[in-house]
Amino acid sequence: MPSAMPIRPAATLAATAIGVVLLLAFRTPPAAPPATAVTLPSASAAATPTATPSGAPPSAGSSPTPTATPTAAAGGLKSGTFNGQTYSDQYGNLQVQLVISGGRITDVKLLQYPQNEPQSAFISSHALPLLREEVLQAQSAKIDAISGATFTSENYAASVQSALDLARA
Amino acid sequence: MVRAEPVMGTVVSLDIRDQGVPGAVVDAAVAWFHEVDATFSTYRPESEISRISRGELSRSDGSAEVQEVLGLCAEVTRRSGGCFDVQLGGRLDPSGLVKGWSVQRAAEMLQASGARNFFIGAGGDIVTRGRPAGGQRWRVGIRHPEIGDRVAAVLEAGDLAVATSGAYERGEHIVDPRTGRAPAGLLSMTVAGPSLTYADAFATAAFVMGEPGVAWVAGIDGYAALAITSDRRVVWTPGMAGLLAGSAPAPR
Repeated sequence: MPSAMPIRPAATLAATAIGVVLLLAFRTPPAAPPATAVTLPSASAAATPTATPSGAPPSAGSSPTPTATPTAAAGGLKSGTFNGQTYSDQYGNLQVQLVISGGRITDVKLLQYPQNEPQSAFISSHALPLLREEVLQAQSAKIDAISGATFTSENYAASVQSALDLARA
Repeated sequence: MVRAEPVMGTVVSLDIRDQGVPGAVVDAAVAWFHEVDATFSTYRPESEISRISRGELSRSDGSAEVQEVLGLCAEVTRRSGGCFDVQLGGRLDPSGLVKGWSVQRAAEMLQASGARNFFIGAGGDIVTRGRPAGGQRWRVGIRHPEIGDRVAAVLEAGDLAVATSGAYERGEHIVDPRTGRAPAGLLSMTVAGPSLTYADAFATAAFVMGEPGVAWVAGIDGYAALAITSDRRVVWTPGMAGLLAGSAPAPR
Protein backbone atom coordinates (compact mmCIF):
# COMPACT_ATOMS: atom_id res chain seq x y z
CA MET A 1 0.00 0.00 0.00
CA PRO A 2 1.36 3.45 -0.80
CA SER A 3 2.22 5.59 2.18
CA ALA A 4 0.22 8.49 0.80
CA MET A 5 -3.39 7.62 0.09
CA PRO A 6 -4.90 9.71 -2.69
CA ILE A 7 -8.66 9.93 -2.91
CA ARG A 8 -9.71 6.96 -4.95
CA PRO A 9 -12.81 6.38 -6.99
CA ALA A 10 -15.30 4.11 -5.24
CA ALA A 11 -14.57 1.16 -7.49
CA THR A 12 -10.99 0.78 -6.30
CA LEU A 13 -11.91 1.03 -2.62
CA ALA A 14 -13.03 -2.56 -2.76
CA ALA A 15 -9.51 -3.79 -3.24
CA THR A 16 -7.97 -2.20 -0.18
CA ALA A 17 -10.30 -0.35 2.19
CA ILE A 18 -12.94 -3.00 2.71
CA GLY A 19 -12.74 -6.01 4.96
CA VAL A 20 -13.72 -8.73 2.56
CA VAL A 21 -13.69 -12.17 4.03
CA LEU A 22 -14.65 -15.29 2.18
CA LEU A 23 -16.08 -16.66 5.34
CA LEU A 24 -16.69 -20.30 5.49
CA ALA A 25 -17.27 -20.43 1.75
CA PHE A 26 -14.16 -22.58 1.65
CA ARG A 27 -14.83 -24.34 4.91
CA THR A 28 -15.88 -27.94 4.58
CA PRO A 29 -19.57 -28.06 5.36
CA PRO A 30 -20.42 -30.05 8.45
CA ALA A 31 -20.97 -33.72 7.74
CA ALA A 32 -24.41 -33.63 9.25
CA PRO A 33 -26.79 -30.74 8.64
CA PRO A 34 -27.54 -28.52 11.64
CA ALA A 35 -30.23 -30.41 13.45
CA THR A 36 -32.55 -27.52 14.22
CA ALA A 37 -31.68 -25.19 11.37
CA VAL A 38 -34.98 -25.14 9.56
CA THR A 39 -37.45 -26.68 11.95
CA LEU A 40 -39.82 -24.35 13.65
CA PRO A 41 -41.87 -25.30 16.70
CA SER A 42 -45.50 -25.50 15.75
CA ALA A 43 -47.54 -24.16 18.63
CA SER A 44 -50.88 -24.49 16.88
CA ALA A 45 -52.60 -26.85 14.52
CA ALA A 46 -50.45 -27.16 11.42
CA ALA A 47 -51.89 -25.45 8.40
CA THR A 48 -52.30 -27.07 5.04
CA PRO A 49 -50.28 -24.93 2.66
CA THR A 50 -52.41 -23.31 0.04
CA ALA A 51 -50.55 -21.74 -2.84
CA THR A 52 -52.19 -18.66 -4.25
CA PRO A 53 -50.86 -16.39 -6.98
CA SER A 54 -49.10 -13.27 -5.82
CA GLY A 55 -51.47 -10.31 -5.67
CA ALA A 56 -54.45 -12.46 -4.73
CA PRO A 57 -56.06 -11.77 -1.36
CA PRO A 58 -54.53 -13.83 1.45
CA SER A 59 -56.37 -17.06 2.17
CA ALA A 60 -56.55 -18.57 5.61
CA GLY A 61 -55.07 -22.03 5.86
CA SER A 62 -55.91 -22.94 9.43
CA SER A 63 -58.28 -22.19 12.25
CA PRO A 64 -56.92 -19.80 14.85
CA THR A 65 -56.32 -21.47 18.21
CA PRO A 66 -55.65 -19.58 21.43
CA THR A 67 -53.11 -21.48 23.50
CA ALA A 68 -53.77 -19.89 26.88
CA THR A 69 -56.94 -19.12 28.77
CA PRO A 70 -57.68 -15.50 27.92
CA THR A 71 -58.59 -13.07 30.67
CA ALA A 72 -60.07 -9.63 30.24
CA ALA A 73 -57.70 -6.66 30.35
CA ALA A 74 -58.17 -2.93 30.60
CA GLY A 75 -57.07 -2.13 27.06
CA GLY A 76 -59.80 -4.26 25.54
CA LEU A 77 -57.31 -7.01 24.75
CA LYS A 78 -57.32 -10.19 26.78
CA SER A 79 -54.04 -11.44 28.21
CA GLY A 80 -52.59 -14.60 26.83
CA THR A 81 -50.94 -16.09 23.78
CA PHE A 82 -52.84 -15.88 20.51
CA ASN A 83 -51.97 -17.51 17.21
CA GLY A 84 -52.99 -15.71 14.08
CA GLN A 85 -54.29 -17.44 11.02
CA THR A 86 -51.84 -18.79 8.50
CA TYR A 87 -51.65 -16.88 5.25
CA SER A 88 -50.00 -18.30 2.17
CA ASP A 89 -48.60 -17.18 -1.11
CA GLN A 90 -46.26 -18.79 -3.58
CA TYR A 91 -43.35 -18.22 -1.20
CA GLY A 92 -44.84 -20.22 1.62
CA ASN A 93 -46.82 -19.91 4.82
CA LEU A 94 -46.77 -17.07 7.28
CA GLN A 95 -48.24 -17.22 10.75
CA VAL A 96 -47.59 -14.98 13.74
CA GLN A 97 -48.17 -15.42 17.44
CA LEU A 98 -48.93 -12.51 19.76
CA VAL A 99 -48.26 -12.47 23.48
CA ILE A 100 -50.53 -9.99 25.23
CA SER A 101 -50.27 -8.80 28.82
CA GLY A 102 -51.98 -5.92 30.57
CA GLY A 103 -53.91 -4.99 27.45
CA ARG A 104 -50.81 -4.60 25.30
CA ILE A 105 -48.86 -6.76 22.89
CA THR A 106 -45.58 -7.68 24.55
CA ASP A 107 -44.15 -10.09 22.00
CA VAL A 108 -44.62 -11.08 18.40
CA LYS A 109 -43.27 -14.42 17.21
CA LEU A 110 -43.16 -16.08 13.84
CA LEU A 111 -44.62 -19.58 13.98
CA GLN A 112 -44.37 -20.13 10.25
CA TYR A 113 -42.45 -18.03 7.78
CA PRO A 114 -41.83 -18.15 4.04
CA GLN A 115 -38.42 -19.40 2.98
CA ASN A 116 -36.33 -18.57 -0.01
CA GLU A 117 -35.32 -22.11 -0.81
CA PRO A 118 -36.83 -25.50 -0.21
CA GLN A 119 -35.43 -27.19 2.85
CA SER A 120 -33.87 -29.99 0.84
CA ALA A 121 -31.75 -27.54 -1.12
CA PHE A 122 -30.51 -25.92 2.07
CA ILE A 123 -29.53 -29.16 3.72
CA SER A 124 -27.83 -30.76 0.77
CA SER A 125 -25.52 -28.01 -0.42
CA HIS A 126 -24.66 -24.35 -0.29
CA ALA A 127 -25.45 -24.09 3.39
CA LEU A 128 -25.29 -20.41 4.25
CA PRO A 129 -22.23 -19.85 6.38
CA LEU A 130 -22.94 -18.49 9.81
CA LEU A 131 -20.40 -16.51 11.73
CA ARG A 132 -19.09 -18.61 14.63
CA GLU A 133 -22.05 -20.93 14.21
CA GLU A 134 -21.81 -22.81 17.48
CA VAL A 135 -21.35 -19.66 19.54
CA LEU A 136 -24.29 -17.96 17.87
CA GLN A 137 -26.62 -20.81 18.69
CA ALA A 138 -25.85 -20.26 22.34
CA GLN A 139 -26.05 -16.49 22.03
CA SER A 140 -29.32 -16.29 20.18
CA ALA A 141 -31.36 -16.31 23.37
CA LYS A 142 -29.63 -13.10 24.46
CA ILE A 143 -30.43 -11.05 21.42
CA ASP A 144 -32.50 -7.96 22.19
CA ALA A 145 -33.67 -7.12 18.70
CA ILE A 146 -33.31 -8.41 15.18
CA SER A 147 -32.56 -6.33 12.13
CA GLY A 148 -33.81 -7.93 9.00
CA ALA A 149 -35.93 -7.30 5.99
CA THR A 150 -38.82 -8.76 7.87
CA PHE A 151 -42.29 -9.27 6.76
CA THR A 152 -44.04 -6.06 6.01
CA SER A 153 -46.32 -7.88 3.66
CA GLU A 154 -50.07 -7.99 3.63
CA ASN A 155 -49.90 -11.59 4.86
CA TYR A 156 -47.96 -10.59 7.96
CA ALA A 157 -50.31 -7.74 8.78
CA ALA A 158 -53.29 -10.04 8.20
CA SER A 159 -51.95 -12.73 10.50
CA VAL A 160 -51.28 -10.15 13.22
CA GLN A 161 -54.79 -8.76 12.82
CA SER A 162 -56.38 -12.19 13.06
CA ALA A 163 -54.53 -12.84 16.33
CA LEU A 164 -55.70 -9.48 17.67
CA ASP A 165 -59.27 -10.36 16.74
CA LEU A 166 -58.98 -13.39 18.98
CA ALA A 167 -57.72 -11.26 21.84
CA ARG A 168 -60.73 -9.00 21.52
CA ALA A 169 -63.32 -11.72 21.15
CA MET B 1 -41.81 -1.03 29.56
CA VAL B 2 -42.51 -3.00 26.39
CA ARG B 3 -45.08 -2.17 23.78
CA ALA B 4 -45.77 -3.62 20.35
CA GLU B 5 -48.19 -1.96 17.94
CA PRO B 6 -49.32 -3.16 14.52
CA VAL B 7 -48.98 -0.15 12.24
CA MET B 8 -47.44 0.78 8.89
CA GLY B 9 -47.99 -2.79 7.67
CA THR B 10 -45.66 -4.21 10.34
CA VAL B 11 -45.33 -4.34 14.12
CA VAL B 12 -43.43 -1.55 15.87
CA SER B 13 -41.73 -2.60 19.11
CA LEU B 14 -40.67 -0.20 21.85
CA ASP B 15 -38.61 -1.42 24.79
CA ILE B 16 -37.77 1.21 27.40
CA ARG B 17 -35.49 0.16 30.25
CA ASP B 18 -35.58 3.45 32.22
CA GLN B 19 -37.74 3.30 35.31
CA GLY B 20 -40.60 5.72 35.69
CA VAL B 21 -41.15 6.74 32.08
CA PRO B 22 -44.86 7.65 31.89
CA GLY B 23 -47.10 5.51 29.72
CA ALA B 24 -48.23 8.70 28.00
CA VAL B 25 -44.75 9.04 26.50
CA VAL B 26 -45.06 5.67 24.78
CA ASP B 27 -48.64 6.47 23.80
CA ALA B 28 -47.40 9.62 22.07
CA ALA B 29 -44.78 7.63 20.13
CA VAL B 30 -47.40 5.10 19.06
CA ALA B 31 -49.75 7.90 17.97
CA TRP B 32 -46.87 9.33 15.92
CA PHE B 33 -46.51 6.07 13.97
CA HIS B 34 -50.23 6.07 13.17
CA GLU B 35 -49.93 9.68 11.99
CA VAL B 36 -47.00 8.68 9.75
CA ASP B 37 -49.08 5.82 8.36
CA ALA B 38 -52.00 8.11 7.58
CA THR B 39 -49.72 10.63 5.86
CA PHE B 40 -47.33 8.39 3.94
CA SER B 41 -48.95 5.03 3.29
CA THR B 42 -49.09 4.19 -0.40
CA TYR B 43 -51.81 1.68 0.48
CA ARG B 44 -54.13 4.46 1.68
CA PRO B 45 -55.67 6.39 -1.22
CA GLU B 46 -56.37 9.39 1.04
CA SER B 47 -52.80 9.75 2.33
CA GLU B 48 -50.88 12.86 1.32
CA ILE B 49 -48.37 10.75 -0.58
CA SER B 50 -51.12 9.02 -2.57
CA ARG B 51 -52.73 12.35 -3.37
CA ILE B 52 -49.43 13.85 -4.48
CA SER B 53 -48.77 10.73 -6.54
CA ARG B 54 -52.09 11.21 -8.35
CA GLY B 55 -51.39 14.91 -8.90
CA GLU B 56 -54.25 16.03 -6.66
CA LEU B 57 -51.82 17.82 -4.36
CA SER B 58 -48.59 19.51 -5.29
CA ARG B 59 -45.42 18.76 -3.33
CA SER B 60 -45.08 22.38 -2.33
CA ASP B 61 -48.55 22.27 -0.78
CA GLY B 62 -47.68 19.16 1.20
CA SER B 63 -47.22 19.17 4.97
CA ALA B 64 -43.87 19.98 6.57
CA GLU B 65 -43.26 16.28 7.22
CA VAL B 66 -43.91 15.35 3.60
CA GLN B 67 -41.60 18.06 2.34
CA GLU B 68 -38.90 17.03 4.79
CA VAL B 69 -39.12 13.38 3.75
CA LEU B 70 -39.14 14.14 0.03
CA GLY B 71 -36.15 16.44 0.52
CA LEU B 72 -34.24 13.69 2.32
CA CYS B 73 -35.16 11.22 -0.42
CA ALA B 74 -33.84 13.60 -3.07
CA GLU B 75 -30.57 13.83 -1.18
CA VAL B 76 -30.20 10.04 -1.11
CA THR B 77 -31.12 9.84 -4.79
CA ARG B 78 -28.21 12.19 -5.54
CA ARG B 79 -25.76 10.40 -3.25
CA SER B 80 -26.66 6.98 -4.64
CA GLY B 81 -26.63 7.90 -8.30
CA GLY B 82 -30.30 7.01 -8.63
CA CYS B 83 -30.11 3.61 -6.94
CA PHE B 84 -32.66 4.97 -4.50
CA ASP B 85 -35.57 6.93 -5.92
CA VAL B 86 -39.08 7.82 -4.87
CA GLN B 87 -40.38 7.67 -8.41
CA LEU B 88 -41.11 4.09 -9.35
CA GLY B 89 -43.20 3.21 -12.36
CA GLY B 90 -45.03 6.51 -12.34
CA ARG B 91 -45.86 6.23 -8.64
CA LEU B 92 -44.45 8.23 -5.78
CA ASP B 93 -43.14 5.88 -3.08
CA PRO B 94 -40.82 7.11 -0.29
CA SER B 95 -41.29 3.93 1.76
CA GLY B 96 -37.56 3.14 1.61
CA LEU B 97 -36.89 6.13 3.89
CA VAL B 98 -40.16 6.80 5.75
CA LYS B 99 -39.95 3.83 8.13
CA GLY B 100 -36.42 4.65 9.30
CA TRP B 101 -37.23 8.36 9.48
CA SER B 102 -40.33 7.74 11.61
CA VAL B 103 -38.42 5.53 14.04
CA GLN B 104 -35.60 8.08 14.25
CA ARG B 105 -38.17 10.78 15.07
CA ALA B 106 -39.83 8.56 17.68
CA ALA B 107 -36.44 7.95 19.33
CA GLU B 108 -35.92 11.72 19.50
CA MET B 109 -39.36 12.09 21.08
CA LEU B 110 -38.52 9.51 23.73
CA GLN B 111 -35.19 11.17 24.45
CA ALA B 112 -36.85 14.57 24.75
CA SER B 113 -39.18 13.03 27.32
CA GLY B 114 -36.22 11.86 29.38
CA ALA B 115 -35.79 8.24 28.27
CA ARG B 116 -32.12 7.26 27.92
CA ASN B 117 -32.10 3.49 27.61
CA PHE B 118 -34.37 1.95 25.00
CA PHE B 119 -34.74 0.48 21.57
CA ILE B 120 -37.40 0.94 18.94
CA GLY B 121 -37.81 -1.55 16.13
CA ALA B 122 -40.09 -1.34 13.11
CA GLY B 123 -40.10 -4.13 10.55
CA GLY B 124 -36.45 -4.89 11.16
CA ASP B 125 -35.17 -1.28 11.31
CA ILE B 126 -33.84 -0.52 14.76
CA VAL B 127 -32.62 2.38 16.87
CA THR B 128 -30.85 1.69 20.18
CA ARG B 129 -30.05 4.12 22.96
CA GLY B 130 -28.04 3.62 26.12
CA ARG B 131 -27.98 0.17 27.69
CA PRO B 132 -30.45 -2.66 28.25
CA ALA B 133 -29.08 -3.02 31.80
CA GLY B 134 -26.05 -1.94 33.79
CA GLY B 135 -22.81 -3.12 32.23
CA GLN B 136 -24.52 -4.56 29.15
CA ARG B 137 -24.83 -3.43 25.57
CA TRP B 138 -27.78 -3.81 23.23
CA ARG B 139 -27.34 -6.91 21.13
CA VAL B 140 -28.84 -6.62 17.66
CA GLY B 141 -28.97 -9.73 15.52
CA ILE B 142 -28.88 -9.56 11.73
CA ARG B 143 -31.52 -11.92 10.49
CA HIS B 144 -30.30 -14.94 8.59
CA PRO B 145 -31.67 -14.40 5.09
CA GLU B 146 -32.59 -18.04 4.65
CA ILE B 147 -33.45 -19.33 8.13
CA GLY B 148 -36.14 -17.17 9.66
CA ASP B 149 -35.44 -17.88 13.28
CA ARG B 150 -31.67 -17.59 13.19
CA VAL B 151 -29.18 -14.77 12.97
CA ALA B 152 -26.16 -14.49 10.73
CA ALA B 153 -24.31 -11.96 12.89
CA VAL B 154 -24.70 -10.02 16.12
CA LEU B 155 -23.90 -6.35 16.62
CA GLU B 156 -23.24 -4.80 20.02
CA ALA B 157 -24.57 -1.27 20.28
CA GLY B 158 -24.96 1.69 22.55
CA ASP B 159 -26.50 4.47 20.46
CA LEU B 160 -26.92 3.06 16.98
CA ALA B 161 -29.27 2.76 14.05
CA VAL B 162 -29.37 -0.50 12.10
CA ALA B 163 -31.38 -1.18 8.94
CA THR B 164 -31.46 -4.21 6.68
CA SER B 165 -32.79 -4.61 3.16
CA GLY B 166 -33.12 -8.02 1.63
CA ALA B 167 -34.28 -10.20 -1.16
CA TYR B 168 -36.41 -12.18 1.26
CA GLU B 169 -38.63 -9.20 2.00
CA ARG B 170 -42.15 -10.06 0.93
CA GLY B 171 -44.80 -7.68 -0.26
CA GLU B 172 -42.38 -4.79 -0.68
CA HIS B 173 -40.12 -5.99 -3.44
CA ILE B 174 -37.11 -3.79 -3.85
CA VAL B 175 -36.76 -2.59 -7.41
CA ASP B 176 -33.77 -0.97 -9.07
CA PRO B 177 -35.14 2.43 -10.10
CA ARG B 178 -32.70 2.51 -13.01
CA THR B 179 -33.94 -0.74 -14.59
CA GLY B 180 -37.36 -1.39 -13.05
CA ARG B 181 -36.22 -4.90 -12.14
CA ALA B 182 -35.28 -6.63 -8.92
CA PRO B 183 -31.55 -6.37 -8.24
CA ALA B 184 -29.37 -9.47 -8.21
CA GLY B 185 -26.23 -10.23 -6.27
CA LEU B 186 -27.17 -9.91 -2.62
CA LEU B 187 -29.42 -11.76 -0.20
CA SER B 188 -29.28 -8.92 2.31
CA MET B 189 -27.61 -5.58 3.05
CA THR B 190 -27.30 -4.19 6.58
CA VAL B 191 -26.27 -0.59 7.24
CA ALA B 192 -25.42 0.81 10.67
CA GLY B 193 -24.76 4.41 11.66
CA PRO B 194 -25.95 7.38 13.69
CA SER B 195 -29.31 7.98 11.97
CA LEU B 196 -31.92 5.42 10.97
CA THR B 197 -33.33 7.87 8.45
CA TYR B 198 -30.16 7.50 6.43
CA ALA B 199 -29.36 3.90 7.40
CA ASP B 200 -32.74 2.78 6.05
CA ALA B 201 -32.36 4.61 2.73
CA PHE B 202 -28.69 3.69 2.35
CA ALA B 203 -29.50 0.01 2.94
CA THR B 204 -32.14 0.15 0.22
CA ALA B 205 -29.80 1.91 -2.22
CA ALA B 206 -26.83 -0.31 -1.41
CA PHE B 207 -28.94 -3.44 -1.83
CA VAL B 208 -29.82 -2.25 -5.32
CA MET B 209 -26.13 -1.71 -6.07
CA GLY B 210 -25.21 -5.25 -5.15
CA GLU B 211 -21.76 -5.99 -3.76
CA PRO B 212 -20.39 -2.59 -4.88
CA GLY B 213 -22.90 -1.13 -2.42
CA VAL B 214 -20.59 -2.16 0.41
CA ALA B 215 -17.83 0.07 -0.93
CA TRP B 216 -20.33 2.87 -1.47
CA VAL B 217 -21.42 2.79 2.18
CA ALA B 218 -17.79 2.59 3.29
CA GLY B 219 -17.29 5.95 1.59
CA ILE B 220 -20.04 7.60 3.65
CA ASP B 221 -18.63 9.07 6.83
CA GLY B 222 -20.01 7.37 9.94
CA TYR B 223 -21.83 4.51 8.22
CA ALA B 224 -20.91 0.82 8.05
CA ALA B 225 -22.25 -2.05 5.97
CA LEU B 226 -22.49 -5.82 6.08
CA ALA B 227 -23.79 -7.71 3.07
CA ILE B 228 -24.63 -11.35 2.49
CA THR B 229 -24.17 -12.19 -1.16
CA SER B 230 -26.19 -14.57 -3.31
CA ASP B 231 -23.26 -16.98 -3.31
CA ARG B 232 -23.28 -16.84 0.47
CA ARG B 233 -20.22 -14.80 1.25
CA VAL B 234 -20.36 -12.27 4.06
CA VAL B 235 -18.72 -8.95 3.25
CA TRP B 236 -18.36 -6.03 5.64
CA THR B 237 -16.64 -2.70 6.08
CA PRO B 238 -13.96 -2.03 8.71
CA GLY B 239 -16.46 0.17 10.56
CA MET B 240 -18.79 -2.80 10.89
CA ALA B 241 -15.98 -4.99 12.23
CA GLY B 242 -15.93 -2.77 15.32
CA LEU B 243 -19.63 -3.42 15.92
CA LEU B 244 -19.65 -7.18 15.44
CA ALA B 245 -19.94 -9.05 18.74
CA GLY B 246 -17.02 -11.16 19.79
CA SER B 247 -13.87 -11.56 17.74
CA ALA B 248 -14.77 -11.38 14.08
CA PRO B 249 -12.16 -12.79 11.71
CA ALA B 250 -9.68 -10.15 10.60
CA PRO B 251 -10.25 -8.95 7.06
CA ARG B 252 -7.64 -9.97 4.49
